[in-house]
Amino acid sequence: MSFYRNLTIRQKQILWAWAFLALPVLFYTVIRFYPTGNAILISFQDWNLLGARTWVGWENYIKLWHDEVFWVVFRNTFAYLLLGTPISLLISFVIAYHLDKVRFAHGFLRMLYFLPFMTSAVAMAWVWRWFYQGVPIGLFNNVLAGFGIAQIEFLGSTETALPSVLAPAIWAGLGFQVIIFMAGLRAIPTSYYEAARIDGVGWFTILTQITIPLLRSTIVFIVVFSSIGFLRIFDHVFNMTTNNPGGPLNSTKPLVLMIYDTAFNSFDMGYAAAQTVVLFLILLVVSLIQLRLLRST
Amino acid sequence: MITHLKGLAFAGMTSLAALTAPAAMADVEIEYWQYFFDARVDAMSQLIEKFEAANPGITVKMSHFPYADYRTKVAAAIPAGEGPDVVQLFYGWLNDYIEADLIQPLPTASFDPAEVDSEFFPMVQAMKRDGQYYALPTAVRSLALFYNERLFKEAGIEKAPETLDELVEAAKACTKVDGAGNLTQVGFTTGMNAQDHHWFREVLVRQFGGDPYNDDYKTVNYATDAGEKALAFYTGLETEHKVTKAGFMDEPQAAFKASRACMHIDGSFRIGSLNKIRGLKWGVAELPANNDGVRANYSSYWVNAVTTKAEGEKQEAALKFMDYITSDEAMQIWLDVVGELPAKPSVGMTDSNANDPVFGPFIRGLAYANTTKFANESAQRAELMQMVERVFLQDAELMDSLKAAAVAEQKILDDYYK
Repeated sequence: MSFYRNLTIRQKQILWAWAFLALPVLFYTVIRFYPTGNAILISFQDWNLLGARTWVGWENYIKLWHDEVFWVVFRNTFAYLLLGTPISLLISFVIAYHLDKVRFAHGFLRMLYFLPFMTSAVAMAWVWRWFYQGVPIGLFNNVLAGFGIAQIEFLGSTETALPSVLAPAIWAGLGFQVIIFMAGLRAIPTSYYEAARIDGVGWFTILTQITIPLLRSTIVFIVVFSSIGFLRIFDHVFNMTTNNPGGPLNSTKPLVLMIYDTAFNSFDMGYAAAQTVVLFLILLVVSLIQLRLLRST
Repeated sequence: MITHLKGLAFAGMTSLAALTAPAAMADVEIEYWQYFFDARVDAMSQLIEKFEAANPGITVKMSHFPYADYRTKVAAAIPAGEGPDVVQLFYGWLNDYIEADLIQPLPTASFDPAEVDSEFFPMVQAMKRDGQYYALPTAVRSLALFYNERLFKEAGIEKAPETLDELVEAAKACTKVDGAGNLTQVGFTTGMNAQDHHWFREVLVRQFGGDPYNDDYKTVNYATDAGEKALAFYTGLETEHKVTKAGFMDEPQAAFKASRACMHIDGSFRIGSLNKIRGLKWGVAELPANNDGVRANYSSYWVNAVTTKAEGEKQEAALKFMDYITSDEAMQIWLDVVGELPAKPSVGMTDSNANDPVFGPFIRGLAYANTTKFANESAQRAELMQMVERVFLQDAELMDSLKAAAVAEQKILDDYYK
């Protein structure tokens, strides 16, 4: 005890801080950092979950480079990102911008937008999967057929399958983005708007000169957050195309689904780990680029 | 838990007996592992009870796990000297288990390969390596043609089709379209994602004169004339005869359950869930023969094996247990409780079983069934799915698509066997 008594107050504070931090640090080391390091290690090995792990060097990465499916999947993953992020950003901003001005039933409307975010992705994906079916059970196609319009092969065609999977994924994330945008909008001091109005500035100038610049940090957050989400898309794709994992001719397969497939259907853990490392690097690079682009000035 | 308590009570009784009768055998407890499925656990409990009664001194403790964790648990436990002495595994995992040194061969003294060859249905020979059996099934599954009796009557079809031509005719009579030409009821379900990839590989290719694989399933051999004819027949059901549509009502079995499909090929494991559908009157027939009367079928199964952990008296007890769960009595119990088919003709081909209106067509199919030795079933299935998708979505030539599938599947096999 004399050791503790001899410490300065500052040192005691540090000691206590670490005592409280010990648990999360331990948690992160055991649950996050150790498996991450282990995954990187496995990516250089051959392992089928049953036998011994054997060292194979860069073989898994070379195999990945020459894998045709990987490049289709790579393209899909970026299609989810490049379509999903801007579309969801635009829609959520428009909704938040107008919802902010609505006073009537404001809370109720906000709840309606937020509800999909709280719904289980699995349940939602299955409902949408059935919406997309052909006649006689698919909602959309029954409506089309009712008007005598030809059916659309939503999930069954290589062109429409990816957007069809993406739509509910965007819808599901919308509520969260709307809430964040509204918080950002509320945080802008009203005095700016009052000053602008006194100067007789139009709504478009207010939007582009005041609102959007002052929402920069909100936009950065949402872009990074939703980009990571779309790069890691899995639940919706997996559940909407379980019959045919990855859609017709792999047209909807994202990287995470490929990892899952390699690991838990092919039991090729080394190859799956190599894919995981690639995903990790993609996420890292995309996030860094976005932070740099959006934060500067 | 209950079996465990019973085991304890039994162990207590036998040790008491051991005090009074010095000649009694020492107590051995062996562990049995399987994945969790209600009926299977129930059937195994009954088997264990009967086995323990017949073999005083041996107790069997059963553990079961959700399917998703099963493989990882087995892989972690056995090398650590823990876990099962007798283990259940899917037939397609046999190579992995042997290579990882998780299971041991069944000694030829008690499981004579020649005897097993003659006693079991022929496809069980897939469990033999270098003249020794490594694992044996209690029950097997095969495919058959389910048909909807009410829709058949409506369409004026009197009996289930016997041949592929009859299948097409019946399907045509039973298909319905709306004013715009959209299918509202299919005559026959298709979907490579379901059982059709087995039907194509092991049944259609053979019926059109081919042999889907060479060299003990290590070489793909369906990119031939026979394969092309089989694929033409299969895709023709949708493009030429317009009696089906891949993905109709999401899943083939869903369409059949909803009485929106007249005929549907599926496995014996579907019987239970079809029985639960109210108002669905269905029948089963053997898979249609080709026009020369040639029949084929596909069979898959779960097997039991003795693990490398079992040594000495545990090994002896484990072998006794293996012997019992592959006996005629065990197979009949499994059929009655789980509804899976017996692996031996001596049980399957009894009059009551082989002529059973529901199980009969499946059991008769076993006599001419083959078992594909998959290296990676889901990946190999995906290749056949894409083969058909290229034809439907990209207007690929049948032979080109067939060749592309064969090359891709060969690569999976080569990677696995290298």
